[in-house]
Amino acid sequence: MPPLTDLLFYVFAGLTLVCGFLCVANPFSRNPVTSAMFLVLTIVSMAGLFILLHAFFLAAVQILVYAGAVMVLFLFVIMLLDLREEERRRIRTFTLATGALIVMVIVGLLVRVLSGAAPVRQTGPEVEGHTKILGRILLEQYVLPFEVLSLLLLVAMVGVILLSKKDIK
Amino acid sequence: MTPGLNHYLVVSGLLFSLGLLGVLGRRNLLIIYMGLELMLNAGNLALVSFSRFNANLNGQVMVFFTITVAAAEVAVGLALIVALYRKRQTAHVEDLTTLKF
Repeated sequence: MPPLTDLLFYVFAGLTLVCGFLCVANPFSRNPVTSAMFLVLTIVSMAGLFILLHAFFLAAVQILVYAGAVMVLFLFVIMLLDLREEERRRIRTFTLATGALIVMVIVGLLVRVLSGAAPVRQTGPEVEGHTKILGRILLEQYVLPFEVLSLLLLVAMVGVILLSKKDIK
Repeated sequence: MTPGLNHYLVVSGLLFSLGLLGVLGRRNLLIIYMGLELMLNAGNLALVSFSRFNANLNGQVMVFFTITVAAAEVAVGLALIVALYRKRQTAHVEDLTTLKF
């Protein structure tokens, strides 16, 4: 009988992959809202994987930022554009074949690399992604990138306001 | 079998491929954007698992930065899509052929 965490890994990994697939290539619905909802499920199950990796703070940030803010933005834009069900267009076989080929090459590379690698044993002491330790690293070692990031957010905000104005000069 | 680093990397790689498939195969700009988000998330998962199995918290700090940059990128990108829709009344990449040679 495997421990519960091992079982949970397979549950969350399976959920992540299935919902990710349904997000980008749903065979039943071409509606962007359905894709957005499956993206939420993917992100939430990925937060579960983060918790299994003891990255508790990142799991919380993942839920707050992605499942909260980013998805609200997505749904808001879908609503704003009033996109109807995507009509079935002629699927271009060349594009699809190229895409499938590239994906297969990447998967093949992954399989080759990972099957050749020895299983990694956990080195060193257990690392817990607690907020306190992470915050200390963030504000001591990475304080310059942190401040640059705040500048980036400001630039993004001003840019978005400019872009959303009625007439761009 | 206890999941090790390889298990997490396989999940991450598959998720990245799914995102790439969405970017290459779909024609709706919003769904292409969701594919991009999936790819970013796959990178995050790989970083967190490396951080866990190497007993080094720097990977988690990197993921923190990635999530923030991704949020900014989504905001700007969606504003661009809205501006584009206002001008061209479309959110399909096949209708945007100005740069086509």
